Order: sequence, then C-alpha cells, then structure tokens
Amino acid sequence: MQFWFKKNKNYPVFWQNYLNLFSKKKQKQAVQDIRFIAFDTETTGFDYTHDRILSIGAIAIKKNAIDVSDQLEIYLDQEIFNKNTVEIHGIRKNNGLTKVIEKKALEFFIDYIGDAILIAHHAEFDKKMINKALSRHNLGTLKNRILDTGILFKKIKHQVYLTNQQNVHYSLDELCNDLKISKSDRHTASGDAFITALAFLKILTKLKKNKKIEISDLFR
Amino acid sequence: MKNTIAERIQDFLKQFPPFDSLQAEDLLLISSQIKVLYVQKGEYVFKQENPCNDEFYIVREGAVGLYRNFDTDQSLVDICDAGDLFGLRVIIIKKEYRMSAIADEESIVYAIPTQVFEPFIEENKEVNKFLLETFAAHARNYFTETDKGQRIDNTISIEVAKDLSTLRSISYLKKPITCLPKDTVRDIAERMTSKKVSCIVIVDKDKCPVGIITDRDLRTKIATGMFAVTSSVDQIMTFPVITYPKTITVAEAQIALIKQDVSHLCITKDGTQNSKLIGILSDHDLLVSFGNNPSVLIKEIKRIKKVQELRYIRKQVEKLLKTYLEQDIPTIHIINIISEINDALTIRIIELAIKKMIYPPPVSFCFLVLGSQGRREQLLLTDQDNAFIFEDVEEEYYESTQHYFIELANEITKGLHTIGYEYCPAEMMASNPRWCMSLSKWEMQFKDWMTTPTEEGTLLSSIFFDFQYIYGNVSMADKLSKVVFEGVNKGNRFLALLGVSAIQKPSPLGFFKQFLVEQNGEHKDTFDIKTRAMMVLIDAARILVLYHNVKGVNNTLLRYDKLAEIEPNNRELFESCAKAFRVLIKFRTRQGLLHHNSGRFIKLNTLSKNDKLRLKRCFRPVRDIQELLRVRFQLKNLI
Repeated sequence: MQFWFKKNKNYPVFWQNYLNLFSKKKQKQAVQDIRFIAFDTETTGFDYTHDRILSIGAIAIKKNAIDVSDQLEIYLDQEIFNKNTVEIHGIRKNNGLTKVIEKKALEFFIDYIGDAILIAHHAEFDKKMINKALSRHNLGTLKNRILDTGILFKKIKHQVYLTNQQNVHYSLDELCNDLKISKSDRHTASGDAFITALAFLKILTKLKKNKKIEISDLFR
Repeated sequence: MKNTIAERIQDFLKQFPPFDSLQAEDLLLISSQIKVLYVQKGEYVFKQENPCNDEFYIVREGAVGLYRNFDTDQSLVDICDAGDLFGLRVIIIKKEYRMSAIADEESIVYAIPTQVFEPFIEENKEVNKFLLETFAAHARNYFTETDKGQRIDNTISIEVAKDLSTLRSISYLKKPITCLPKDTVRDIAERMTSKKVSCIVIVDKDKCPVGIITDRDLRTKIATGMFAVTSSVDQIMTFPVITYPKTITVAEAQIALIKQDVSHLCITKDGTQNSKLIGILSDHDLLVSFGNNPSVLIKEIKRIKKVQELRYIRKQVEKLLKTYLEQDIPTIHIINIISEINDALTIRIIELAIKKMIYPPPVSFCFLVLGSQGRREQLLLTDQDNAFIFEDVEEEYYESTQHYFIELANEITKGLHTIGYEYCPAEMMASNPRWCMSLSKWEMQFKDWMTTPTEEGTLLSSIFFDFQYIYGNVSMADKLSKVVFEGVNKGNRFLALLGVSAIQKPSPLGFFKQFLVEQNGEHKDTFDIKTRAMMVLIDAARILVLYHNVKGVNNTLLRYDKLAEIEPNNRELFESCAKAFRVLIKFRTRQGLLHHNSGRFIKLNTLSKNDKLRLKRCFRPVRDIQELLRVRFQLKNLI
C-alpha cells in the first residue's frame, strides 16, 4: 500500500488525471455516445525493445462520424534511427517537421485519448510500442479498451470467405481492398489512422445492418 | 501543427465550387472542422421534416439521392455525385428539412459545419452566389416535378433563391373572370378565348367561388363528347375549389398546388369558400415568381395588358442577359433568345397600340424593325428603328390612311420608349411620314436608292436592308426584299458604293497600334466600338450576302456562316470575322450592362490589359475584310 501510494505521488499530473478517468466504474453507454479514437504509430522497426515510435496519428469517431477537428498528429524526436524503414513511412531524421521529445509526445497522446475506446489495426503492436515507451518514462500502461480492426473485420466475413486458417490476420491493405477504401496516405500515421477509422465505420455499419449492436459485442 | 487529414480533405474540396474560390488557408481551416460520414445504400443522411442539422454536405464518394415525400409518394429530386453539395437549406433558414437525403449507394460524405462556413458566405460573393444557386435549383426541381412539361431551365436565375426563403407573398390575378352556375359551356368558352385566360371561376350570387373550369375540363369533358357545349357550367365544373387568403406565400402556394394536384387556387377574402372571391392564383403565376425562364417570360408578355408592366419584363430580360453572359452561354444562343423576347415585346406593344386606336387599321399593313433589331443581334436596348408598310390605296385616300398609321406608330414608338428603347435621333421611325408609306411607294424608294445612289441613300439603305418582319402582313415584307435583290442583280455599282462606306469607316487602331479615340463631342476620349469595329463587319456581311443573292439571312453571324459555305476559299477569313463579331458583341453588351447604357462608347482606362488585347485581336479580321471588299469591288477607283 505504501509502495503504491508513493509511486502514485511521483506520477506527473497528466498521468494522474488519466488514471482518474478510469477510477470510477463506467455506466453502460450506447455505441452512439462513445468517443472512439483510431490511431496508428510509425516506428523505426518491429522490435519492442530497440525500436522507437517516430510518429503518432489519431482521429476521433463520434456519433458515427469521423471528426476531423478532433485529431492528433505528432512527430517524435528520437535518437534511434533505422534507415531501412525510412522507405516505408518517409520520416527522415531531419526533415523540417516540428518534433517533440518522447515524453512530451506521450503526454499529448494521453491527454488527447482520455478514456476513449481505442481502435487500431494490428492493435497489439501499437499498444505494446506505446506501453514500452510509457515504461521508459516510469509510467503505467494504457488503460483504455482497445479494438482491433483486423479482428473486427473477420466478424463481417462469412467463415467460408476467410482465407483458410483461422488465425490469419488481414493486412490494412487487404482491408482497404475489401472495404473499398482509398489507400492515399498509406504509411503515414495520420493516413493509416484515418483509414482505420473509415474501416471501423464501415465494419460497424455492416454489423448494425443485421441487428442492434452493443459495445460489448465488439469485444467478443 | 501538421494535419495531414485536413490537408487531404482540402485537396478534395478545392476542386469544386464554391470552395475553389476560397483562399488556401481558409479552406484548410474549414477542412479541419469537417466530419466524415459513411452511409450505406438506403441509409438517411437527413430526413424530411426533421429539424435541420447545423451542417451541410458534400459527397466525397458514391451518390446521395434527394427525395421529396408527399403522403406516401416519394419522388426523386436530384442525385448528388462526388463534389455535389446538398442540405443547403440550413444556410437559408434553420427549419425542418424539405427533402430527405438517402444514400443511393455506399457513400462517404463530408459534413461542413455551417458555423465555420458562414463567415465566408458573407465575405465571398462567389460562394454566396453558388450556394444560393444550388439551393434554388434543388428547390425548383421539386416544384416542377409535378409538371414535367414546364421544367424550368436550370441555368437561369439566382435572385429567386431569396424569394424562396420566403415570407414574400405572391402576386395573383386580381380580377378573375367569373360566371354563374347556369351559364352555358359555349358562352364561357367564348369568354375565356376572348379574354385569353385558361380558367374561369363559377361564383354564386354572393360572389363566393363554387367551382372552377379550366382548359383541362373543356378538353376532357367537352371535346371528348361527354357533355354538350350547351350544358350548363355547373355540370362540368370542378368543385369544391381550393381557397386561400391573399396572404399566401410563395412556399405555401407551391405546397398547396402540389398537394392538391390542381393548377389554380382561389384567393378569397377570408380564405374560406364562404367569402368573396378576390383573385386567382395559377401555377403559372408561381412559375413567373420563380423568374427568368424565357418561355415563361414570353407567355407572360402575351398576357400583359399595360405597357408599364412590359417594362418590368424587359428588366427581367436584362437580368437574364447578365446571367447568360456570366455563364458563357454561346453568343448565338443568347442572341436568339433575347431577339425572341424583344420581338414578343414589340408585338405586344403593337397589339396594345392598335386597341387604343378608335377604329381598327383600314387596310392591311406590315410593321418592320430595322438595324440591329432587324438583324436580330440586339442585346441591349438601343435606339428604335422601325417602319410601316401599308397596302396601296387609291390616291384620294392615301393621306388619311397614312395619317392613321402615323398615329398608330406614335402610339407604338411611345410604348417602345416606355419599356426602354430610346427614340431614334435620326427619326428613323414609323411615325416619320418618310418611313410610313404604301408598298408601291416603298418599292420606288428602294429602287431609287439603288439606281441613283447618294451618300444619304447608302447610309439609309444600309439600315433599311436589314429589315425584319415583326407584325402584320408578311407578304409585303417579302415583296420588298424581292425588289432589293432584283435591284442588286442589275449591277454591282450599288454594292460598290455600299462597299466604299464600309471601308471608309474610321479605323480602330493608329499607326502605333494604339486605340484611336473620339477627338471631340459628347463622347470625347472614348473608343467607339460600334463605328470603328462592329459596323465594318456588319456592312461587309450585308454587302456580300447581297452580292451572292442570299435571301432571308439577316443576322451578321449567320451571314458569315453562309458566306463561309459559299466561298470555301475565304472560309478562314469569314470564320474569323464571325468570331471577332461574337467577341465584340459580348464585349459591348458587358460594357452596356456595367454602365447602364448602350455600351457603344468605351472608356479605355476602365479596361484591363487583357481586355484591350482581346479587343485588338478582333481588329485584324476587320482590316482583312475591308481588303477583300476593296479588291472585289475595285473600290480604289471610287474613293
């Protein structure tokens, strides 16, 4: 008890505020009223320990609409750099973008997401990257509930059409093709976040078509 | 901070009006406030009767249909594709939606908050105009939906949008034609014909409306033989009538006409069927209130009973002209429509003038318009040039006959003056005894001009040769043009003289390629676009069609078309002349509309560099065609 209390005291204000949002038990909300946030990270690579986040893009979905005024796009100043992934995301070390240090970026991100339900494609990866970064700065882990469009997508596909194996994970490109989403700005954090948001809306609409949907259905 | 998503939205929006006329940073600001909606086929963006959302929409992908419901019927008003705006009603009035927007296919729609956009509507005229236009087009479409035959031309009218907002009450026919229930169908049909109305209201002894008969009733119930023409009107009338008080607004009238599926509403004192009839409102009145459709205007002209009211129509025409020019509608199309309306106006004025005379015309006659109206290329109202031909009468009656027509002409020219035509300073009007003659005197006059050409004669004939029949006995006009062409055949000396006057027109440019302006007089220091450029093209076209004996083509542009056909080796020159003329006429019209005058004298310092260059480009064909005349008619020896 003593230990927990002490540690809590050391947390910066933004993290304490963040934790407070989750302290009370939530009342059940209709899907309509929930703030969802689709987000994506671009990283130097796929190693959770060595690689670093280069940018975070996020955009909110409220009342079945993507709200462009409620978005976040940040670029991080990182020491670690991997020239192999530059080709994918196009973020060079010094390219004139306004960058913030990792700690500041996390603060922006945490303040921005609040207690929204997060959505990401291959969410596990983005979640782990963020959690690793948080722990580097002696903070806890993400408390938000997180949805994965890769998994949600399977819900609207009939078993027969799922490509053979059960655990196959659809890439964002495949998702775009199937849901007819334009692939502009693929491989920028904001672009992918937007595509993910659109994919989420489309999946949600398709799911709603059959029945009234509760938020809990999405986490099944 | 960077906002990639807003930038992409901006990239999309800037391709479409009205966003294309906004500054990049403003558009980015708007883009960053947008909501992105995804709708599946059949899903509503908004529903009719629901309160307006505080946003309007643009289709990003897919298609959204606008539908209007009446009871159980649903009719499609419009389909919006990528880049189309809809849901604009909120900008005009924040009330319930009048239509539903339903996705026609899977669509992505951007919702633009009105709050963010409103400042730009007020600031930016282009934006304002475009939005009103789009809204008006949708609003009109749903009205005309019930009446497909009279679909209003979409390209016209912006002003109406303001009326649609609409507490404005509508004007209606104040003293409707009425009859009693026991009148016979034949009687009322005769009355309707003589009064030129399409409906008649049946009233009881207290003047309360009990029924209505329209052209449709006569068609479906009498012409089919269902009832005899001797039947009494109460047997075939439609009843009860739909009544409204005179405070009815445009919007209410629209809805009432559509909902009740009728073409006429009765206006009564207290709005019920049990009070006195004070007027009648037809779908036609409503269409007129929507504005500037040429065919509606022409119909309206035919019904008007006072010259003053025609003046109002002529003002509408000016608005129409402005819109046409802004929309870059082909010149020949504009010319055709406006000439058609001008002719209708003139005809109506003649009809009204004849009614004013104590007795009808004693002999048959023919009213001609001359000059630009005769060539059917008059866009702005300029001077009136016209003439009367009347049938030959015996010598002893000649004077009194001429006297009658001069008086009639006085009435006509006065009417034309009222609607905006200036009196001709040279008195080339039918009210001048010289231009009001019997057919044989006219024939002699034309022969005289052609056989013994004088300078005055050539000037006059250049105006008179472009005559256009407007009213009366067309065969007289034909006889006269026959005389003209026969005279020309006899020798080209006359044409040569006409040619001299064409090449002696003052040239537009000086030695240093500068514009030459008037040296003195009222229009000192202005550029005379008519004399220095247009007249040469007009004269040359006339001379050459006379030379080729081409009959019945009066319009300068059509004349050049015809010439290009006849002389393929000069096709290029004629085409460039036509092109130059098109530019010049548009130029002059724009100037005229801008300065509320004939547009003839142009102040050079008001022109942009670009305008000056465009003008100068037109002068080359002017010079070339003068050269052609010089060679063809060997004018060198004549000057």
